[in-house]
Amino acid sequence: MLIKQKLEESFFKILMVISTIFVLGSLLLILGTVLWRGLPALDLAMLTQAPQGGYYLGKEGGILNAILGSLCLAGGATIVAVILSLPIALYLQLYPVPHFTKNWIRLSLDILWGTPSIVYGAIGFTLMIYLGMRASLLGGIIVLSLLELPIMVRGMEEAVSMVPKALLESSYSLGATRFETAFKVVVRQTLPGLITAILLAFGRGIGDAASVLFTAGYTDNLPTSLLRPVASLPLAVFFQLGTPFPAVQDRAYAAALVLIVLVLGLSITSRLLSTRFTKNIIR
Amino acid sequence: MSQALPLNTHSSPHLRIQDLNVWYETNHALRGIYAEIPTFGITAIIGPSGCGKTTLLRSLNRLLEEGEGIRVKGQVWLNEVDIYDRVMDLNELRTRVGLLAPKPYPLPLSIYENVAYGRRIHGLDVLDKGNGRNLDRKVEHYLRTAGLWEEVKDRLKAPASALSTGQQQRLCLARALAVEPEILLCDEPTSALDPISAQGIEEQLITLKENTTIVIVTHLLRQASRMADYVIFLWMGELVECGPAKELFKNPKDSRTQAYLMGKIG
Amino acid sequence: MNEKSKFLKNREKLSRHHTKSFSKLSRDRKDLAAHKAMRALAICVSILVPVFILVLFLRARPILATHNISTLLFSTTWRPNQGSFGFFPFIMGTLWVTMVAMIISVPLSLLTAIYLAEYTRPKVRAFIMPLIDLLAGIPSVVYGIWGVLTVVPFIQKVVMPSADRWLGFSPLFQTSNPTGYGVLAGGIVLAVMVFPIIIAVSEEVIRTVPLGLREASWSVGASRWQTIRRIVLRRAFPGVIAAVMLGFSRAFGETMAVLMVVGNVVQIPHSIFDAAYPLTALIANNYGEMMSIPLYDAALLGAALILLLVVLTFNIGSRLVLARISYS
Ligand SMILES: Nc1ncnc2c1ncn2[C@@H]1O[C@H](COP(=O)(O)OP(=O)(O)O)[C@@H](O)[C@H]1O
Ligand SMILES: [Mg+2]
Repeated sequence: MLIKQKLEESFFKILMVISTIFVLGSLLLILGTVLWRGLPALDLAMLTQAPQGGYYLGKEGGILNAILGSLCLAGGATIVAVILSLPIALYLQLYPVPHFTKNWIRLSLDILWGTPSIVYGAIGFTLMIYLGMRASLLGGIIVLSLLELPIMVRGMEEAVSMVPKALLESSYSLGATRFETAFKVVVRQTLPGLITAILLAFGRGIGDAASVLFTAGYTDNLPTSLLRPVASLPLAVFFQLGTPFPAVQDRAYAAALVLIVLVLGLSITSRLLSTRFTKNIIR
Repeated sequence: MSQALPLNTHSSPHLRIQDLNVWYETNHALRGIYAEIPTFGITAIIGPSGCGKTTLLRSLNRLLEEGEGIRVKGQVWLNEVDIYDRVMDLNELRTRVGLLAPKPYPLPLSIYENVAYGRRIHGLDVLDKGNGRNLDRKVEHYLRTAGLWEEVKDRLKAPASALSTGQQQRLCLARALAVEPEILLCDEPTSALDPISAQGIEEQLITLKENTTIVIVTHLLRQASRMADYVIFLWMGELVECGPAKELFKNPKDSRTQAYLMGKIG
Repeated sequence: MNEKSKFLKNREKLSRHHTKSFSKLSRDRKDLAAHKAMRALAICVSILVPVFILVLFLRARPILATHNISTLLFSTTWRPNQGSFGFFPFIMGTLWVTMVAMIISVPLSLLTAIYLAEYTRPKVRAFIMPLIDLLAGIPSVVYGIWGVLTVVPFIQKVVMPSADRWLGFSPLFQTSNPTGYGVLAGGIVLAVMVFPIIIAVSEEVIRTVPLGLREASWSVGASRWQTIRRIVLRRAFPGVIAAVMLGFSRAFGETMAVLMVVGNVVQIPHSIFDAAYPLTALIANNYGEMMSIPLYDAALLGAALILLLVVLTFNIGSRLVLARISYS
């Protein structure tokens, strides 16, 4: 009996360790693969030039259009998302919201979080056709900002919830209104946490491909106008991988490397910024 | 450093604590405890809040070290075996030295299965089954011992969480008894209960002391004086005084014990 | 919560009183206006998903009006030019890929979650959890690249020959598609993508099981593993199911990574090596093009509607379970 139990426990413990190694190993494998295939293909021209004639046949040029495009898309979307998220997060945390409403809003945000990005893309494009818009930077920004919104609200709520009660009370007792307290005192107090949330959302926005596929389109030109199509890194990866030329496919790996460096850089920066940030999924 | 007084001579000690030290990170919570816990009867550990009662109690079945950053040094002899010896099997130790927590934690099982849980864990249910409906009889027996049988006999299949807090605590008592421990550790077992349920638990423990060694932690002096045969008084992590209850309550030797008993400190 | 809102209400009264007594009515009015604006904003955002459903439904209505729903769902003929829109191959493609992903991911994720929650020291956990979070942050095209570079060749060169040798008797492992692009490749890539979701949620759920429950079990002599298996997992079961459902809905709706490795052949897969064509890939590959074919774009938005409704159902279910857990 006892030996059987001990064996069972050891057996499962070994399985657990193997699983954990497997999960962490897959992370290493992904990073390693992209690094190994992307690094040789990466050169300065790739980062500093837009595609020239014949780029997609393996001739000269780079992915500057996609890098700048992605920064514009995700940057714009993040600005819009901050404008929308900050009031919502402050409202949920600092205002006397009825229980039911609060739960409903949070559930909606969670569900929004879970909505597949291809659905965002399809709906966004449908609405854009309805409004007579073409695929454009603006369209991409709007769709991406909705994609970023739930992440940002969640992160900001978490940051705001850490403000000490006493601080709020002293602010109120000095005669500040709730609005002044929220937007001056609380925002200043929780700035690192808010920035963490913003960076996380930016990272999600810059990496998403399916939502910008229809709404932002793709172009070889550098972004110039809100109303023109714009290139993006994820789609640069996708399209270049789809060509039959190994030289172009290599550039897809390089683009993926650029993308992953950006995203992981953001993720690590945000983690360093707020050591106390804990990802609290359940609420 | 206080030394345990010799016990009433006719019973050899069940547990012998020797130079027990506990650190939470850097907080030296128990300092060089020497004590003896007599076989059978009720030993009460008393003292003000934060003096280390729970710590001492939980070091007796080594539940203490499941926490993070906790270091234990010293020996606790159970029938001439040091439970802190490396060869000690923790699961066996905890079968022999049971625990009743301050707050009832019914397992997420039915009432019946809560009591049967320990027997199933140890494979005793197989033996029980060999004799027809023996496990049923065991469950009934321990529910009766805990004074819960009459209230739950018609709904043994119901989830334990449906019981009231007082009933849950008695269920936990039945669950602890079902593996037939020789020592039962009780950490303020009535602190979460209403007075009636508390009285029920006290009465069950007093019945049990005939053939089980019971160690109870309490910060209620009156509870200690009602129940205890032997008392250990802790003060800021040190054992100040211990001895038979009557003697210690009547003639405390240490000035701190006197002050505590008179309500001047703690 | 109640206490808090009561407190806040009192606060509000007090602060109103305060501002009025200093006769700063304009500030007071501004405060009230801001309050109303914020509430309106929050409510607008919270009706986005119903709006999404409505939009998709309205745009898919032409095809719902002309085609029987069961034909749409269960017909295997996909010939947009001739007006036949059978989603069945795509639905099966999605289900195959998602199921393979879950079969791989669930055991590995749960074992990892149990290990992290029950057996590792906080310091080790604090080191490993961020790494698992990193996995969640990797963009899906990067997963796709990894799939193309590593998973597909691995399947083609290693898995398929050995499956052929050892498991060739089962139709589940026989195929006429030698490329490696297919259900298994999609399943593996998706499995890794949902690792972080299932692990993070179930690890947290397992850790919310009260310590007292574990101690109760240890105190009757149960070992760590017995306690986990019989008590902790039983208690955490609803939450673990919720975690799996969250992972499922993520896998179900994932697009780019899958698209890059499943092969995209309109057929009902019969083996894990067959190529498949999931719903998401259907939308991504075809939407916005061939708008001249009648009903084509209604059909694609219908596919998006199916996708959204399935994902939503699983999402809401798991969120409700998780919300209940965190309140109890
Ligand atoms: N888990 C813990 N971590 C750190 N310190 C603890 C912990 N538990 C108890 N302590 C400290 O150890 C001392 C004794 O605690 P305890 O045994 O719980 O006292 P009592 O049960 O007599 O109230 C206290 O100072 C307390 O702060
Ligand atoms: Mg205590």
